[in-house]
Amino acid sequence: MRVALLIASASLHGGIAMPHIAYLAILPEIVMLGGAILLLAVASLVRSALNVTVITVSTLVISLASLAAALWQFFDVQSHGAYTTLDHAVVLDGFSVLVTVLVASAMALTALVGDGYQRREGLAGPEFNVLAMVSATGAMLMGEANDLVIVFLGLEILSIALYVLAAFNRRRAESGEAALKYFLLGGFSSAIFVYGIALTYGATGTTNLTQIADFLAKNVVVSDGLLLAGLTLLLVGFAFKVAAVPFHMWTPDVYQGSPTPITGFMSAVAKAAGFAALIRVFVSSFGVLRVDWQPIIYALAVVTLLVGAVLALIQTDIKRMLAYSSINHAGFVLLGLEAAGALGKVGARGVSSALYYLFAYTFMAIGSFAIVSVLGGRGDAAHEISNYKGLGKRQPFLALAFAVLLLSQAGAPFTTGFWAKLQVVAAAVDANSVPLAVIAMVSAAVAAFFYLRVVLLMYSPKKFVSDQEGDRLENLDASGDAVASTSAREPLWSGSGRQTALVNELNATLLLESSPETIEVPDEREGDVVNVPVLAVVAIGICIAVTVGFGVFPAPLADFAHKASLLFMP
Amino acid sequence: MVTMSHTPAFPYLTVLVLLPAGGALVVAAMMKAPKWALSAVAMVTSLATLALSVVVLVLLHSRNGRFQFVSNHVWVASLGVHWYVGVDGISIFLVLLATVLFPIVLASGIGRRLDARAFAAWMLLLEAACIGSFVSLDLILFFLFFELTLVPAYFIIAGWGYARRAYAALKFFIYTFLGSVFLLVGILAVAFIHQHQHPGSGLTFALPALEHTHFSSVDGILLFLAFTAAFAVKAPLFPFHTWSPDAYTEAPTGGSMILAAVLAKLGTYGILRFDLNLFPEASKTMAPWILTIAVIGILYGAIVACAQRDLKRIVTYSSMAQIGFIALGTFAFTTQGLTGGVLLMVNHGLIVAALFLLIGWIHERRKTWQVTELRGLQAPAPVLAAVFTVVTMASIGLPGLNGFVSEFLVLSGTFLTHRWWAVVATGGVVIAAIYLLWAYQQVFHGKTDRANEKTRDLSWAERAAIAPLIVLIVFLGVYPKPVLDRITPAVNRLVDRVELVTHTKQPLVARSGPAVVKDTAADGGTGPSPRGSR
Repeated sequence: MRVALLIASASLHGGIAMPHIAYLAILPEIVMLGGAILLLAVASLVRSALNVTVITVSTLVISLASLAAALWQFFDVQSHGAYTTLDHAVVLDGFSVLVTVLVASAMALTALVGDGYQRREGLAGPEFNVLAMVSATGAMLMGEANDLVIVFLGLEILSIALYVLAAFNRRRAESGEAALKYFLLGGFSSAIFVYGIALTYGATGTTNLTQIADFLAKNVVVSDGLLLAGLTLLLVGFAFKVAAVPFHMWTPDVYQGSPTPITGFMSAVAKAAGFAALIRVFVSSFGVLRVDWQPIIYALAVVTLLVGAVLALIQTDIKRMLAYSSINHAGFVLLGLEAAGALGKVGARGVSSALYYLFAYTFMAIGSFAIVSVLGGRGDAAHEISNYKGLGKRQPFLALAFAVLLLSQAGAPFTTGFWAKLQVVAAAVDANSVPLAVIAMVSAAVAAFFYLRVVLLMYSPKKFVSDQEGDRLENLDASGDAVASTSAREPLWSGSGRQTALVNELNATLLLESSPETIEVPDEREGDVVNVPVLAVVAIGICIAVTVGFGVFPAPLADFAHKASLLFMP
Repeated sequence: MVTMSHTPAFPYLTVLVLLPAGGALVVAAMMKAPKWALSAVAMVTSLATLALSVVVLVLLHSRNGRFQFVSNHVWVASLGVHWYVGVDGISIFLVLLATVLFPIVLASGIGRRLDARAFAAWMLLLEAACIGSFVSLDLILFFLFFELTLVPAYFIIAGWGYARRAYAALKFFIYTFLGSVFLLVGILAVAFIHQHQHPGSGLTFALPALEHTHFSSVDGILLFLAFTAAFAVKAPLFPFHTWSPDAYTEAPTGGSMILAAVLAKLGTYGILRFDLNLFPEASKTMAPWILTIAVIGILYGAIVACAQRDLKRIVTYSSMAQIGFIALGTFAFTTQGLTGGVLLMVNHGLIVAALFLLIGWIHERRKTWQVTELRGLQAPAPVLAAVFTVVTMASIGLPGLNGFVSEFLVLSGTFLTHRWWAVVATGGVVIAAIYLLWAYQQVFHGKTDRANEKTRDLSWAERAAIAPLIVLIVFLGVYPKPVLDRITPAVNRLVDRVELVTHTKQPLVARSGPAVVKDTAADGGTGPSPRGSR
């Protein structure tokens, strides 16, 4: 569309030279956006409503085609090096390729998860997937943007589609509330962002990232108030998108209210795109000003890490908990960005660690939200953490998958979560930010607490067995007492008295001052065994495979991120 | 690499780590299998691991203090992480401790477990993680395994523990995780400092390479503290022990055995392997402080144990006192002390595992750990009483049993360089005799009352399970020479390195220490000893 506009304006005025376009650089976007529009057109032209299967399959095909285009880009960049096109407005380098791969994968996974969601909620029509694809196009554009205007364009394409998607479930009041909140606050942040662009343009005379860098390298800005104000406003706009504290207020509400597959998409894609553009703008354009922005990022990282981890502790809704956990993860990526400000190899390590973290987080987040979505039940409302009690008995595979993803988010060894944390912390230590590294790891320890709380709940029972019975069970003699035959089917760890003790202790540990007696045990709703759609299983399976596979063999992904940072064109 | 020698064609250590891990996956995948099949697979795996570790012990060059059976493969090139494993005379015995104990835990643990599949799978994974930690020579690899132990241990405590297991498991996890936070940052800092000092070499986490890093005295002490924080929590050393009474008490018997016998050694081993090797100067500077908290730990553990009425808590606190002795021997910086410390790691592992197993059996029969509710078990269960006597005596340090040799070496090694710490620590030995004998008396002597008279004696299966431990306890007490012969060269290498860096020399008598003491121990401990007070 943008291309068409450019062509139109060029032909109208005649005076503007037609920029050279390397179509490969924008091929994934063309495929994604073109496919989305085609799907919309076909759906509105055919007589009967399109089948959900058809929509899902075509979305998958489009996303995978976009992914393939991104891989083509990667080999092109590897052999020919990075380059800019469209009058230097778009850049194709290892960094942008990785972001595109990430977004296209996230889109494909979301289509898989969304299929079951649409069937369950009875949503007809292709709009769900079309909007998501439009949003993904915006995200890809943000990863490739080499001009602040293009960054803004990508940001708006990404956001406006997401505003609609957040409200997509019209039957839920929360969904509308989430969308309105997201729209209002997002609108504000966009306005602030545009104002930042304007001030930056005023200070440097250009919006092109490379030219800004050139300008700042060649000129010493004596009164830099305008420039720094522009920089700050840009940072605020980005911080809003990536949910960094103190611009995170919308996150829990929007994550909670949006349709769950969209929450997963949002958490992965909006964060990745926001960080991609943030890293590119700050590292490549404002690299000279690192002394000014590094302390701000440092402070943002500290509060983001701590607030995210601590507030997640007291959530009772799984989606809100994951929202705060995503804030905590944003703090870790900020660690990478803070290190990326350093010069040379140290900075490259920072960029690659942030990229790796975003990549690992994408699969952990989409996988986790896929499971939450499946368990949400009809109406997508059953998201109380207490509903997860006993999931290990009801649905062992789903529980195991969730446990693996949560442990990975906590940073357990032999998962991508571990390597991601290792890399950003390594980058921080390398950049001499040891206190920041320690704070980050302490926040990881706090975070481990709330992830484990859910895991613990999943593997604790609903059934009531008295303490004595539990004892008898625990101590069935090797000789084989007769007790075994009668009650062996009861789980070993049972006993509602114990369960109460467990919850009390957890709460007591959480709230410190409250005594166990005053705490109400959430009533145990008999959780039903939910039906897990096959495509959701595929999506969760892929997320687990990536999380554990690259956890045991981290080399390919780590090297990919490393290469991407080396092919990063500042 | 200076330390590489004797690289065999067969990757013994890699297989040693992967075998139980593979077994864990196989067991986990046996969804519908009957219990006997699960037990069979788990037992075969753990016994094969044991056999392989014995092969490694036999093939180990005993006079060579360097790392052997080394395999070194690039794992993540862009991060400089290697799959770098090797053993020396120190780590091989800790590996053996793990491979000996896990079959016993599985044999005594699977049979009556509900959900035996998960239990066996977690245990095998834990075994892999423990062995992996002991053989890792790459710091990140070590950290991975060190952290990995938390996951199965957490699930074992939370899944099969006693009443307050959820609280205990979470406390254990968070506490140790918090400790390792500093370890990770410390490891990274060491690696980057090394990279800056050796610009050509690139980022590496290999221990032998990182040994050539020089730290300013402040950096050295800070890094020493960062590393020690993780290890002190894991061990646990005195002020960082608060998670352990809960975790040890609430864990199922097998879990307590592994926690106290093997996982605790990860902490003491880490101090010995990484703190002393990487930061010899800082270790030397900090030694009086660590020795002091070790002595406090010995006395505190012993005194608190005296106040307990719960058998499992008594063992927990006595274990804490023993960990203090290990730290004491380690920071004495004498061959005797360090050799004693390493031997004590093994001996303490055997003894504490046997104690937890025995009191687990008592609880199974009597449903209580309260000393006051048990009385005169000797009459209905003579074999149980006899076995308990041997293990208690070993724990007290009776000459002829294994506890004596290591405690003696530690105390005499410490006496040479840090006299007063050794003198005070000896008090702990005396108190240990008090509370253990008191508990033993209460439980086994006296007139059997109605509640206790039906107590079943050990079954043949139980006797078979504990027999290997008793054999090892007696063997290492009577003839520790083969073990000492293998530990000493590795310890001497470590002591040499510390002395080279810090320009100090240990007293000459300490160097020839073990050879002298070996004879004393075999004679029944008639030599001059700081235990004269007893």
